[in-house]
Amino acid sequence: MNWIATYTLLSKEVTRWRKVWLQTVLAPVVTALLYLLVFGHVLEGRVEVFPGVSYTEFLIPGLLMMAVIQNAFANTSSSMIQSKVMGSIVFILLPPFSALEMFLAFIGAAILRGLAVGVGVFLLAYFYVGVSIENIFVILAFAVLGSYVMAALGLIAGMWAEKFDQIASFQSFLIVPLTFLSGVFYSITSLPPFWYQMSKANPFFYMIDGFRYGFFGQSDQPVLLSLAVMLSASVVLTLGCVLMLKSGYKLRDA
Amino acid sequence: MTQEIPANAEQQPAISLRGVTKRYGKLQALSDVSFDIRQGEFFGLLGPNGAGKSTLISALAGLIRVNSGHISILGADVEKDYRRARMNLGVVPQEIVMDPFFTVRETLEFQSGYFGLRNNGKWIDELLEQLGLNDKADSNMRKLSGGMKRRVLIAQALVHKPKVLVLDEPTAGVDVELRQSMWRFVRRLHKEGHTIVLTTHYLEEAEELCDRIAIIDKGKLLALETKQDLLARGLGSKLLVRASHSIETIPPQYLDRVTRLAGNEVELTIHRDSDSIMQILDGLRAASISIEYVSVLNDSLEDVFIRMTGEQSGVRA
Repeated sequence: MNWIATYTLLSKEVTRWRKVWLQTVLAPVVTALLYLLVFGHVLEGRVEVFPGVSYTEFLIPGLLMMAVIQNAFANTSSSMIQSKVMGSIVFILLPPFSALEMFLAFIGAAILRGLAVGVGVFLLAYFYVGVSIENIFVILAFAVLGSYVMAALGLIAGMWAEKFDQIASFQSFLIVPLTFLSGVFYSITSLPPFWYQMSKANPFFYMIDGFRYGFFGQSDQPVLLSLAVMLSASVVLTLGCVLMLKSGYKLRDA
Repeated sequence: MTQEIPANAEQQPAISLRGVTKRYGKLQALSDVSFDIRQGEFFGLLGPNGAGKSTLISALAGLIRVNSGHISILGADVEKDYRRARMNLGVVPQEIVMDPFFTVRETLEFQSGYFGLRNNGKWIDELLEQLGLNDKADSNMRKLSGGMKRRVLIAQALVHKPKVLVLDEPTAGVDVELRQSMWRFVRRLHKEGHTIVLTTHYLEEAEELCDRIAIIDKGKLLALETKQDLLARGLGSKLLVRASHSIETIPPQYLDRVTRLAGNEVELTIHRDSDSIMQILDGLRAASISIEYVSVLNDSLEDVFIRMTGEQSGVRA
């Protein structure tokens, strides 16, 4: 394991999103705030999802997690597709990186971007509504696991895609629908039985549900089940990414 | 990371290719290519567009995987021992590529770190100086001209002090001044002991710089010889004859050798091994051509190249 090389690639990937922070951090924070203002204003007092929790408070963890995971996905996928399309991918294919070193660097940078956006949304929500925290470790664990899973998915999408619009399709037809249907804006227990079962098959639901447990100490599904789903997804996606990087899928034989 | 070189490193070829074959669907990009490039050589790799030069370079840089065969850099297999192989190899890609987020110095510092090197600032400063990039060190890559970007690519290839440097068409689209300063720097690297592998479309560059030259076409190795042997392949020279009067008729036995006939000058191809210049001149005199001046012009590398690649494609040069 070459730690200097891994750290350098991680730091290059972090520098990349840090240099355009208005677009990569501030913009998603503002979007999350708009959701919070609009949905909170419209539905506050009309819906009570968990006993003793206002709708705006209920909304915060979901919106926060949505911002974290969408940005983790965006970081790896956009970095990979940009380097491929512009040809600068050779700068990381020529040095002696192992698949694991590349994986850790890309994922690490994406997690850091996800968390930076998360901290931004959290601070705004904290001053706007006030946020209660039941278990900070659960919150951190799900934030890191959620961004890890989505960063790995973004890396796979970036390796697979050959054009920018393929990434956009991946986001529009997979990531956004699965996120919106994962209980960001509602509790899945309020859904009809069929959609309730469908929601339980959506892995994104477990990211949001477990994360929400850290805030309220209550969730639709047991937190350990959510944790197990996240860990399993992490293992599967790590294996997938490392194998793809090792084989040079659409990178070394294009 | 340390670069361990085996004890017999001096005898090892800088680059060794054995039975290298690469197919893209039905296209045979490389067909059973085998040869060695010795340490310290200035080696030219020539071939027409689509001959397989860039495929060969991509294969030895590990950018593509070959279907069969083995490639090693200073004894390290590019797939099994890729870390050591890549530590010893610097590649200047043909296309001008860059990461638009960073400055020149950041680009070089990151590239240095990718090879596991920390505190490489002194060598980076030297590269910036040698390649005339000092003024641009803190400029964003996007703001550089094409020639400047090309220099940064060379610096990136050298940032880890590789023993073998591959330049894939480095002077394509580069102005004369930059081309000359680039060659001065590459010559210096060669003098310092680096092995240089060059592909170029400017055959006069290869003729001037390279010790040995390989010509490939349609993925096959057509020739691999020293520049002198290649030029003296016995294939040809030209005989220029100037007469004291306008030349009206050429003896029929020499008609198929005429490459140019203008006024009182005629140019004929001759085969150095089998032709007698005196016999040809006697033949011309017999046709009432009064010879005033005679000159023998040796084939240039371009003539040899065109003839060889033309024969390969069935076209007579």
